[in-house]
Amino acid sequence: MKPAPFDLCIAETVEDVTGALASHGETARVIAGGQSLMAMLNMRLTEPDLLIDISRIPGLDRITVDQTGVTVGATVRQAELAAHAEAREAVPLLAEALSHVGHIQTRNRGTVCGSLAHADPSAELPLMLVLLGGSVTLASAQGRRTVAAEDFLTGTLTTSRRPDEMIVSAHFPRPPAGAKTAFREIARRHGDFAIVSLACIAQGRNLRLAVGGVADAPVAVDLADVSAETLPAQLNALAWRLRGYDDIHATARYRREMIRRLGLDMIMEAMA
Amino acid sequence: MKILKDGSKTQVSFTLNGTEVDGYAEPRTLLSDFLRHEIGASGTHVACEHGVCGACTVVVDGKAVRSCLMLAAQAEGKEIRTIEGLAASDDSFNKLQDAFHKRFALQCGFCTPGILMTLSSLQDSGRRYTEPEIREALSGNICRCTGYREIVDAALDVLGDRVVA
Ligand SMILES: Cc1cc2nc3c(=O)[nH]c(=O)nc-3n(C[C@@H](O)[C@H](O)[C@H](O)COP(=O)(O)OP(=O)(O)OC[C@H]3O[C@@H](n4cnc5c(N)ncnc54)[C@H](O)[C@@H]3O)c2cc1C
Ligand code: FES
Ligand code: FES
Repeated sequence: MKPAPFDLCIAETVEDVTGALASHGETARVIAGGQSLMAMLNMRLTEPDLLIDISRIPGLDRITVDQTGVTVGATVRQAELAAHAEAREAVPLLAEALSHVGHIQTRNRGTVCGSLAHADPSAELPLMLVLLGGSVTLASAQGRRTVAAEDFLTGTLTTSRRPDEMIVSAHFPRPPAGAKTAFREIARRHGDFAIVSLACIAQGRNLRLAVGGVADAPVAVDLADVSAETLPAQLNALAWRLRGYDDIHATARYRREMIRRLGLDMIMEAMA
Repeated sequence: MKILKDGSKTQVSFTLNGTEVDGYAEPRTLLSDFLRHEIGASGTHVACEHGVCGACTVVVDGKAVRSCLMLAAQAEGKEIRTIEGLAASDDSFNKLQDAFHKRFALQCGFCTPGILMTLSSLQDSGRRYTEPEIREALSGNICRCTGYREIVDAALDVLGDRVVA
């Protein structure tokens, strides 16, 4: 199918975008890589009056790596972050997770911030943001604010971004020095959306575990005193807490089982 | 800031297979439709039109992308390559096309332009690829006929890290 008609704004500055969002509200949509939005437009799942293309705004295409972590501008493509040597070194998990985000053809256009804005519950990048305790920076005509991952990702395709705000960057902190990390997901085919995705940071017997695709947004928990003996019960409790949901890809029960099994595998690997 | 109004057409120009082309597009015109209907380059195929099948794959500024998920207006000033640009000027096949021919890597041929454009973008890097790398790259292109074995073999003949007899 083809999109319903809309006006197209080719923005040149962040102010162009925040101005247009302020005057149009929910009837306007930002388009970044288009790898989720264009499909929704083609299927007429959304029919905005105004589309604001941010891809030509100078300065939003930067990847900055410093002591604190990796900061990614709004127009940085997923393939660019995956190939960035310094970012790979600072947060190796990011490149690993990115290799599961769609296919080379979608990563060549899809942006990192667009995936966060889209907020699919099983998407890999929101999972990373929650695991690492990252944040997004939003801009509106009123100014800027930085929101922590958990406060930003509020539900299925839902975030705390106001309709007049755009994401200008996202920050992925480095894991603590000496910590070990791991990532696992299960999907029908490589490159399909994950059914369940998991990632963890292990420091001695302390563990931070993030789970995507079970609750309606990725969730991270901190577990202390983890060992091979305590883990099954801890994972079982987490599985029941997150509950899961039934859809055409898997049942809630299957999703809970993935936390127990994939979770155990992954954590043992990280703690080994 | 430029605003393109719904219902009115604006000029879009880009380089297509080395030649400057232009045409007129509405804001909502997809790049795939612009190529096929406005430029007349119908070698790029369209199937799912929501990013899943890869039939519409073209190479934009050296990168394989889905033309059904790009607006024609977003192609302004870009360097685009499509299946029409692969053959030599005397219409003879390039290496990838030749390998597809020899290996029977197509049956109905509907997926072939997209697959060849994905593989062409790999070819540009000049490096050689393992079979798992080729399969991963092709995971974004669906073929309903061949079962992929012949496609992978053809790709490995040209791009693979093994020596072909
Ligand atoms: C075949 C296929 C397979 C895929 N598989 C996966 C997968 O396995 N895992 C995965 O995570 N994703 C997957 N995706 C989706 C991924 O490719 C998208 O890139 C991503 O979800 C959205 O990023 P985008 O830049 O393309 O955003 P767009 O499609 O341009 O936008 C998505 C949404 O975010 C909003 N938005 C984008 N940028 C901003 C911003 N800066 N500020 C405010 N709002 C913004 C838009 O308004 C829109 O609502 C897949 C897509 C396809 C086509
Ligand atoms: S037609 Fe574009 S991906 Fe299927
Ligand atoms: S040859 Fe028919 S779909 Fe691939």
